[in-house]
Amino acid sequence: MTNAFIAGTAIAVATGLVGYFMVLRGQVFTGDALSHVSVTGALAALAFGIDARLGLFAATIAVGIGIALLGLRGRADDVVIGSVFAWVLGLGVLFLSLYTTSRSTGNGAGGVSVLFGSILAISADRARVAVAIAAAIVAGLLVIARPLLFASVDEAVAEARGVRVRALGVGFLVLVGACAAEATQVVGALLLLGLLAAPAGAALRLTARPYRALWVSVALAVASVWAGLGLNRLAPKLPPSFAIIAVASACYALTFLALPRRRGSSASM
Amino acid sequence: MWARARSRAAAEGGAPVTASGVHFGWNLVDDARQLFEFQFMVNAFRAGTIVAVVAGAIGWFMVVRRQAFAGHTLALVGFPGAAGAVWLGVSAVWGFFGFCVGAALLIAWLRPERGEGYSEESAGIGVVQAFALASGFLFVSLYRGFLNGINALLFGSFLGITDGQVLVLFVVAVAALAALAVVGRPLLFASIDPDVAAARGVRVRRLSVLFLVLLGLTVAEVSQITGTLLVFALLVMPAATAQLLTARPAVSMAITVLIGVVVTWLGLAVAYFTPYPIGFYVTTFAFAAYVAASVRRYVVRGPAA
Repeated sequence: MTNAFIAGTAIAVATGLVGYFMVLRGQVFTGDALSHVSVTGALAALAFGIDARLGLFAATIAVGIGIALLGLRGRADDVVIGSVFAWVLGLGVLFLSLYTTSRSTGNGAGGVSVLFGSILAISADRARVAVAIAAAIVAGLLVIARPLLFASVDEAVAEARGVRVRALGVGFLVLVGACAAEATQVVGALLLLGLLAAPAGAALRLTARPYRALWVSVALAVASVWAGLGLNRLAPKLPPSFAIIAVASACYALTFLALPRRRGSSASM
Repeated sequence: MWARARSRAAAEGGAPVTASGVHFGWNLVDDARQLFEFQFMVNAFRAGTIVAVVAGAIGWFMVVRRQAFAGHTLALVGFPGAAGAVWLGVSAVWGFFGFCVGAALLIAWLRPERGEGYSEESAGIGVVQAFALASGFLFVSLYRGFLNGINALLFGSFLGITDGQVLVLFVVAVAALAALAVVGRPLLFASIDPDVAAARGVRVRRLSVLFLVLLGLTVAEVSQITGTLLVFALLVMPAATAQLLTARPAVSMAITVLIGVVVTWLGLAVAYFTPYPIGFYVTTFAFAAYVAASVRRYVVRGPAA
């Protein structure tokens, strides 16, 4: 439980930060693609009998760079990203069948924990590695935060002022890839999008000031993980990954109650 | 992958002894005979064809409207729907349709009227998707013993499709295509230039909701056969390929459906003769077509295109 708490907090800080920029840059679909790619990465590692984390990071970072490079001539659009990751997911099916046929005892349970996470099974060792990687992601993001913010809000002006917009785009997607691989261990490949998108989406609705929104996003992500783990403690029937995503989604939904939807008012944006 | 189903079908009787070993030879007539030897394979081809046609037609509009993310999310929502229905003890079909249409309405509600940031909309869709999948996982873990069914729900299986299922697929497909045919022209107009369409009296907002509901219905139907993770491949890849090949709407729609059907047939046939799953083959063939179309476009028009 302590390990889950430590690893979960570290990963939540990283996803809160990365998620804010992801939503701001309109790259949620890219995050979605990377989360599905991590399924394939982990299943490939399982099928070939190597450490799942190696497969996770290799797959997500490689595809992150690939999407960024596709986007060099104009931003990679959803259709290109969708076609690529639908195929990568097809590869995942192949690895799943290789894995389940080569290890008849596995019976897909390993695949299920990749898909939906197993935070309570994190060992002290893995928690330490998770904290180190999360710290690296946070440090990397804070270094590029100012120019990235500039480039995200107004790409053309940023480029004219000498900001290296393309290099930033590639660097950012590498960080998203690493973050996705990292979060897969906590909430699973299929659910990590919630941890990336919900706190950040809520923060962006709550405040328009960039740095304040950034910290609100981190706070909400951490609070979701803590509340999720607490809920799991109170009602052990609720899987922790469900509880975490449910709390994060509830935060996002609450912003709709607190702030009624703007109906077509800001058409000038 | 098919080996077990083949031996089961052979054991149930009626099949010739040769069925125990299926071998691909260069005698294509003989290969085709082997392919259609069993009813489950005939039904797989029927269902696959229906699914490919509907997914291609709806997917074409999805690609034109740049709603790939919404389509992908609706595709995934089928999983909690089915898992929840199984947990409650009702037919999974209700879960598929109920959740997919419900999520379509929710996404339509989240979609800003116009002008507001794309980022805000996509964050909302992302939350819907993650919460839906999390609920699916909750249903699965509440319903003990269903765990091995997860992979079938997510990755699908063309095995064991009954005549009745094919009939239901066919009826829903005809209904969806008919609805699409009725709204096709204004929908295309509204998709390409919503402002001009609205000025000309097209009810853009209503069409947008209607399209998402149609997309939800289609996806609910298709994912029962292909599994929720692979619907998206049939929705996006044939349409993306066709739109690289031609700019004329009618032609590119026809090419979309053609690619979808060919890819599905090839996938089914190859999977029958090899031990690997059909989902892998279908996505790989579709992706190969997409890459080939991209290369052709690059060669014909140069890198600027």
